[in-house]
Order: sequence, then C-alpha cells, then structure tokens
Amino acid sequence: MKIIVCVSLVPDSTTKVKVSDNKKSIDDAGVSYILNPYDEFAVEEALKLKEKYGGEVIAVSFGTDKAKEAIKKAFQMGADKGVLIKSQSSDFDSFNVAVNLSEYLKGQSADIILFGKQSIDFDGLLIPSMVSELINLPCISVVVKLDIENGKVIAEREVEGGKEIIESQAPIVIGTQKGINEPRYPNLKSIMAAKSKPIEETPAYSNENKIEIVEMKLPPAKTSGKIFTNGKDDVSELVRLLREEAKVI
Amino acid sequence: MSNKILAFVESKDGNFKNSAFEVVAEANKIASETGSELIVMAIGSDIESQAKSLAEYGANKLLIADLNEINSKSSVSVFKYSPSSFSKVISEIAKTHNANIVILSATSLGKDIAGRIAIRTGSAVFNDCTDLKITDGKITATRPVYAGKSLIEIKSNSGNLLITLRPNVFKPHKTGETDIDVEKIDIGTLNLTESDFSSVVKEIIVSNEKLDVAEADRIVSGGRGLRGPENFTLIENLAASIGGATGASRAVVDAGWRPHSEQVGQTGKTVSPSLYIACGISGAIQHLAGMSSSKCIVAINKDKDAPIFQIANYGIVGDVFEIIPALTDEFKKVMAK
Ligand SMILES: Cc1cc2nc3c(=O)[nH]c(=O)nc-3n(C[C@H](O)[C@H](O)[C@H](O)COP(=O)(O)OP(=O)(O)OC[C@H]3O[C@@H](n4cnc5c(N)ncnc54)[C@H](O)[C@@H]3O)c2cc1C
Ligand SMILES: Nc1ncnc2c1ncn2[C@@H]1O[C@H](COP(=O)(O)O)[C@@H](O)[C@H]1O
Repeated sequence: MKIIVCVSLVPDSTTKVKVSDNKKSIDDAGVSYILNPYDEFAVEEALKLKEKYGGEVIAVSFGTDKAKEAIKKAFQMGADKGVLIKSQSSDFDSFNVAVNLSEYLKGQSADIILFGKQSIDFDGLLIPSMVSELINLPCISVVVKLDIENGKVIAEREVEGGKEIIESQAPIVIGTQKGINEPRYPNLKSIMAAKSKPIEETPAYSNENKIEIVEMKLPPAKTSGKIFTNGKDDVSELVRLLREEAKVI
Repeated sequence: MSNKILAFVESKDGNFKNSAFEVVAEANKIASETGSELIVMAIGSDIESQAKSLAEYGANKLLIADLNEINSKSSVSVFKYSPSSFSKVISEIAKTHNANIVILSATSLGKDIAGRIAIRTGSAVFNDCTDLKITDGKITATRPVYAGKSLIEIKSNSGNLLITLRPNVFKPHKTGETDIDVEKIDIGTLNLTESDFSSVVKEIIVSNEKLDVAEADRIVSGGRGLRGPENFTLIENLAASIGGATGASRAVVDAGWRPHSEQVGQTGKTVSPSLYIACGISGAIQHLAGMSSSKCIVAINKDKDAPIFQIANYGIVGDVFEIIPALTDEFKKVMAK
C-alpha cells in the first residue's frame, strides 16, 4: 500500500502569540515549532496501515526549508520517505498549499492520502477537501475511526451531536481527528534511524495566493472580570449580574 | 460593487437550523450594504413550509433542491448526505445564477464542503469568520487564528468568494419581512452522476439526545476539579437548569470520565456561546483556545490564581461541590420567573 501523509510545522500550542512589526504575522522570536498535533494522528494511522498491509509511508510537506522539521518528526515516528515541496516564499494560503500538494500527489497514485483535520496555526480545515477536489478523489475528514478492507473504506466522522458512518473507496483522502489512535512516541532507535533518512526536494508548482492578510492583531483584551471570594454567599449576586448586567440568562 | 450572493442554509428534521438564520441575516446585511441580490438555497425534503421563517431574517428568494431526488441519482443508498453531491449542487447553482459570493455556516457539514465548493467555483475562501465588513465596496473578514490567540483581517484580490461563518457568533436580527418566493431546483439539469457520490453517509449515530456542545448557546463545562465521573451529575444539573449543554476539559476526557464529543479546546470543539460556565477547570491555554470567544465566561475554581479567572467576566473562588448546587438552585428560581 502506498501511503502518503501530508504534514505541517506549527508553533507549539503553548506559544504566547506576539504580533510582529509588519502586523501580518506572528513574531517568531522564542517560538518553538512542532509537528501539527493532528498530523501526528495522521502519521500514526499511516504507520498502522503499513503494519497491517505492508508498503511504504511517505511524509510530504509544502513550505520552506523549515518544513523539513515536520518531515523529520514523521521520520522519528517511523515514516519511510520524505518529500519537501519547496516554496520560495513563506507566505501561502490554504489554496496555495492545496494546489502544490495536489500537483505532487497527481503523479503518485497513492492508495491513501492522510492529513490532520486542521493545522493549529491558521485553523484552516480546508486543505484535505480542497486537495480531494483538485485530484478528484473522495475525502472523509474529522475521522475518529478508519477501516480499510480490499479498497473499501468505512470511516466514522465526528459531527455535531454524534457520528456519521461514511462509506467510500480507496484511493481516498482522509483527515484525522483526535480519538482515531494514540500517536506513538519515537524511541531511541527510531530517532537514530531518522537521522540517516534523506528528504527529497521538488520545486513548488505555483505560488498563487487567493487571500491576503490585511492585518494581524490580538483579540481585544477582556476587561478584568468581577471575581467573588465569599463562595456560596455570592451566588445570588452572580446570578443577578448574569441576568441584569450581562443579560445572558 | 454589486454582487450576487448565494447563501446556503441547513435544515434538520424539517426545520431550519439556527445557523441558517445567522447565514441569511448576515448575507442580507452584506447584500443591502453593497446593493446586491441575495438568493438563499437549501437542500432537504419537506422544508418548503418553513420558508417563512427564513423570510423573517431577510430572505426573499429560496431555492430548494430535493434531497431524495439528489440521492436517487446514486446507485448506492445514501443516508442523508454525500459531501461530493452537495458540493456539486451548490456550485452548479452558484454558477447558473452567476453568484460571485457564496456564504454558508462553518458547521461540520459546512466545513466538509467549503473546500470543494471553493475549488469548483474558483473562489477565495474566508473561512470560519467572526466578523465581516465592507470597506470601499469590498468585503473583508476577521477570523481567529492560533486558536483564538490572535485575529487576522483578510481580503481577497480576485473574483469569487466563499465565506463560512463561525456558528453562534453572528446574532440574527429579524427584518419583519414575511414574503418569500420559493422555487424548486430542477435536479435533472445538474447532471449528477455516480462519481458525485464518491463518499456517502450510511448511518448517523446520535451520541445522545442531549444538546451538542458545539451548537449550544449556553454551556457548563467540568474539569478535573470535579474529582470523578460520578460528580458530573452536578454539571448536568447545572446545565439543565439553564437549558444548556455540557462540556469538558481534555483532562477529564483523557481520564475517560466524559466522552470526547464534549471536549472543548484546541483538540476538541471550538465554541462561542453567550454563556460559558467553567467549573473546576484551570484554564490551560489549549482549553481557552476553544472557548475564549464566548460572550460571557463564568469561572468557578477554588484556586484564586487559576488562569481561567484572567479571561472570566465573572467568577467565584470556591469549592465546586458547594457552589454548583447553590448556583443550580438560584438559576432554577430565576428561570422560573
Ligand atoms: C497539544 C495539546 C492539546 C490540548 N488540547 C486540549 C483541549 O482541547 N481541551 C482542553 O481542555 N485541554 C487541552 N489540553 C490539555 C490542557 O493543557 C490541560 O491539561 C487541561 O485543559 C487541564 O484540564 P483541567 O482544567 O480539567 O485540569 P487541571 O488543570 O488539573 O485543573 C483542575 C482545576 O480544578 C480546580 N479544582 C480542584 N478541586 C476543586 C474544587 N473542589 N472546587 C473548585 N475547583 C477545584 C483546581 O484549582 C484546578 O484549577 C491540551 C494539551 C496539549 C499539549
Ligand atoms: N504546508 C503544508 N504541507 C503539507 N501539508 C499541509 C500543509 N499545511 C497543512 N497541511 C495538511 O493539511 C491539514 C489541514 O490543514 P488546514 O486546512 O490548514 O487546517 C494539516 O493537518 C496537514 O495534514
């Protein structure tokens, strides 16, 4: 089975966001980068499929040289090969990423293409479905359970108030959600093995963005709230404020 | 610039969802501010009779595609929905009506089809927006990024636009209209084929009959401060007293006390209710990521330095086992009035 997993590098989820001077991006100083947490589920699922059906797992990322870090994390978990689709610029929107991934994927005839359901930086939730439309494959995202048997795919997808059971056929695009598996921790052996795995580079196909950031800013600071300290005795005053001041009940 | 706007609205069990009214009201606002025409479309069966409820928020033309008719074009049986067929139907309607703007809600379904529709219609995407604005006749959107830790204002430089609105953020206002022109979409003209049903829903498992946290306007969440799964009846009762849904922190979901569907936060659900009550939750940054855009946040925590108090509008420093029952009683009293 040829399994491709698309990975991205994102600021650690505990990052304190500061807006940079150009007011269009975050200030990179002191930010540590990690493999997008949802992509860990995708890599884990890819490795599980390989364990079950054989084949290879290829980790692909679109970005500047920095994106190699994401591929290396996938190597440490156990991915076999890595490909960087090299962007000249670090300024790209979801459409740009989707087009570049799709152009690469078109030539690959993978059996399954895994994504995280979203990246935790721009929270796009768009790329898996855009890619699937561009390369004309079915797509199931926000997947919490995946079964593939003789090309037949049954997946559970999380929706409001429950789950949808979806049926489809491989080749297919899958977006993984927390709950699908427990991503493995790299062990010393796999960390060592990762060091010798080369990352293949291929040039970007296009650099077209459809949206532009006018300004990045911090959310308006909450004016400090009213915090009561007399425990139970403050309950009725709280409820009065919720009704008369905040008008939410 | 005059636009033509297509708003796609969702229905469930024969009624339009709340998100439908949000979408119609916001689309109507954009349409009137830019002197554009608004067409609303729905996919469903037996919803004609509800058209008036959309009219009240500013829809005066509704196109309905019959769901059963769409699904009859597939040889495999479809339960409710296939993302590929929905994407095609909406995209085709946008094209035949020359709509250059498509607006829908960023619900599970909306997120599932947005990327596909954008590619089909060649649109730039403003996704999961929390605000829309017109500047010099052009739309700009605000959306949270980095899990709500910052906001970006975005614009598009090219042609078509697809906008998805974060549910529960836009508060719909009634216009007082009641007239609406309902038209049935002729599915035959859309050339749906087998390939438009590449993945199909077979079954929907309703996790519980309760209100889902992602859709609720009031949420009561519990964290590790509740000490054990058995104590979540306190959370459930408090939620019930204000007609709200129950949520949870990741710590208690990971401990198996609560289902993952209730998890609020970066790896759970993003919610923005009018009222969010966090009980025994410390307020880790990943939890805040999922709820900091709530209109009013109430925190109950015994540690006065818990980070949750920094973003709370109101809070009580105290023991959840003491405060929650008292609060539940007080809410019941007030709600009964
Ligand atoms: C990549 C990543 C993603 C994550 N995603 C999420 C996510 O989506 N959602 C999420 O919630 N977390 C997430 N987390 C975990 C997060 O960092 C915290 O660990 C978690 O939110 C803590 O849950 P908690 O507040 O219930 O528990 P704790 O942090 O243990 O807090 C318990 C609180 O209860 C209070 N308390 C204890 N007893 C009482 C009492 N009797 N009365 C009143 N108060 C009491 C304590 O003072 C404390 O503040 C994520 C972490 C990572 C690394
Ligand atoms: N630059 C990238 N290169 C490769 N894959 C990516 C990139 N950005 C996002 N992805 C994948 O697309 C998924 C969804 O991202 P998004 O739509 O941006 O939320 C992520 O979980 C990744 O699997």
